[in-house]
Amino acid sequence: MSLLFVEQVLNGLQLGVMLFLLAAGLTLIFGIMGIINLAHGSLYMVGAYAGSIAASATGSFLLAVPAGLAAAAVTGLAIEYIVIRKLYDRDHLDQVLATYGLVLLFNESISLIVGRQPLFVGVPPALSGSIEILPGMTFSVYRLTIIVAGLVIAAGLYALIQRTRLGMLIRAGATNRDMVRALGVDIKLLYTLVFGLGALLAGFAGVMAGPLLSVQVGMGEQILIMTFVVVVVGGVGSIRGALFGAIVVGLVDTLLRAFLPQLVRGMLSDPSEADQLSAGLASMGVYVLMAIVLLWRPQGLFPARS
Amino acid sequence: MHDPFKFSGKALIAIAILIAALVALPFIANAVGLPATTPLATRLLIYAIAAGSLNLVLGFGGMISFGHAAFYGVGGYTVGILFQHVRIGEPLFGFIPGTEQFLIAVPAAILVAGAFALLIGALALRTSGVQFIMITLAFAQMLFFLFVALKRYGGDDGLIIRRRNALFGLNMRDDLTFYFVVLIVTIGFYLLLWRIAGSRFGMVLGAIRQNERRVAALGIAVYRYKLAAFTIAGMGAGLAGGLVANYARFVSPDMLHWTKSGELMVMVILGGAGTLLGPLFGAFALVTLETVLSGWTERWQLFLGPILLLIILYFRGGLSGLFKFIGGGGK
Repeated sequence: MSLLFVEQVLNGLQLGVMLFLLAAGLTLIFGIMGIINLAHGSLYMVGAYAGSIAASATGSFLLAVPAGLAAAAVTGLAIEYIVIRKLYDRDHLDQVLATYGLVLLFNESISLIVGRQPLFVGVPPALSGSIEILPGMTFSVYRLTIIVAGLVIAAGLYALIQRTRLGMLIRAGATNRDMVRALGVDIKLLYTLVFGLGALLAGFAGVMAGPLLSVQVGMGEQILIMTFVVVVVGGVGSIRGALFGAIVVGLVDTLLRAFLPQLVRGMLSDPSEADQLSAGLASMGVYVLMAIVLLWRPQGLFPARS
Repeated sequence: MHDPFKFSGKALIAIAILIAALVALPFIANAVGLPATTPLATRLLIYAIAAGSLNLVLGFGGMISFGHAAFYGVGGYTVGILFQHVRIGEPLFGFIPGTEQFLIAVPAAILVAGAFALLIGALALRTSGVQFIMITLAFAQMLFFLFVALKRYGGDDGLIIRRRNALFGLNMRDDLTFYFVVLIVTIGFYLLLWRIAGSRFGMVLGAIRQNERRVAALGIAVYRYKLAAFTIAGMGAGLAGGLVANYARFVSPDMLHWTKSGELMVMVILGGAGTLLGPLFGAFALVTLETVLSGWTERWQLFLGPILLLIILYFRGGLSGLFKFIGGGGK
């Protein structure tokens, strides 16, 4: 039981890391550019598709990673240049509707080009199998790789934002956009860089998700809405909040999915109904968490401007 | 001062013509051999109710709710579940008897959707701006998962309602009869919206949209007004959901899907947010677009995306903005 618990905690951490990759980009883009971008999930989807197509074409996962990153970055920069740039001075409603239009466009184009059938990618052979991390307990190498890669990226982002000139501008932009512009910083370039960075992170999450999930149209929105929960729980515009929120949401979701069925099965007589009910209740868990956070701290746990 | 919610003589005549056209529509359609128009028009009117209710929060109140389909779905499921309990002859939760009476099931749909809106609104309105958008979307997704999980009521596959609710011994199976029932409800709903928009409540709501802080400084409890508007809007969506459950004799979690919330928003924006009849025209535009495009291709949303982008990026103010743009020589 306790070993199973540790395993599920690691699974939760892995989901949390994936959510962080998306939430960091989303929250940076909002914090600095004031843009709510529903198409962020589409960048994740583009990364996943490009990665899995590259992997099945070349047979090499090492090539899938740059392919997914490049596809997401190019797509991200293109939509920044064509659409997002026109939305900086608009209200949130215009931003929501325009990026909703983008989501429809991406979903339908991909199902037109690739088809509605989900793609399946195998775990790369070098990372397949599992290793013994505790006596008597093994864990998937691939999932462990995701956790490590995500934590390295989180550390890298921290260094970038706290220790570099670019990071200083990003922080300044999040605090007072107009002042940064008035001081002569090329804010357009900064916006493009931040959007590109967000797209890269989303694309990386997409590539890494490929072997774990089926790659299909709509995968972007599923994770996007959970990412919204992360951002609300963590506090809008804060990277620290994104990391903390992502881990909490990842853990809560995974642990509920793992252990709720046993509890519900004890209460209901029909096992198949119990399974479906507990799966539904487990999916609702993170939203209940969000409601609790809202009651307690409406601005999230780590608001950006405290 | 010009009062936008008092109609001029011209506007009244236009509305009278609109209503006359809606009454005549099914007869004309049957006469020219297009009987499928009547169910289509029914669906359009139901969407007009849902979009009109969203317009109350979005257009008048300036609250960007991205989870409105949740209340629409809850309304639909209320009718569906009440009918299901008639069929299996066992009360809901052991004490609420099922019903197939229109005058009980549809008001129940309104009340249940309103209760959900009150609860979700009370939480979501603790924030504003971008968080409000994310939270309404997230709670709608939560209810989506709830109905997916309710295997007893069909789960993923949805719930079939064997026949439409009974109303005064009318033959509700008949599409023409049902159309007129929906038309009467729609007219009543828009009359109510008109009364709300012109009332003190509506004025305060508009003022909150324009400058929330100033309204608060005047000593008005902003939160309560917003929550009341959110709840009324949820009830309107519940009404639409209850009607559509009768119309389609089917409810499914798709009714609560986030793209449905998006579609409702698009209807409001297409018609011009914050105008009384805008959502009606927006619903008309979107349903027509869907019907025409899906005649050509199954992937009609492939066209909706770019159309939406063009409208938002270049023609602000929805269809009326577009007409003004064309009429004004492309200024």
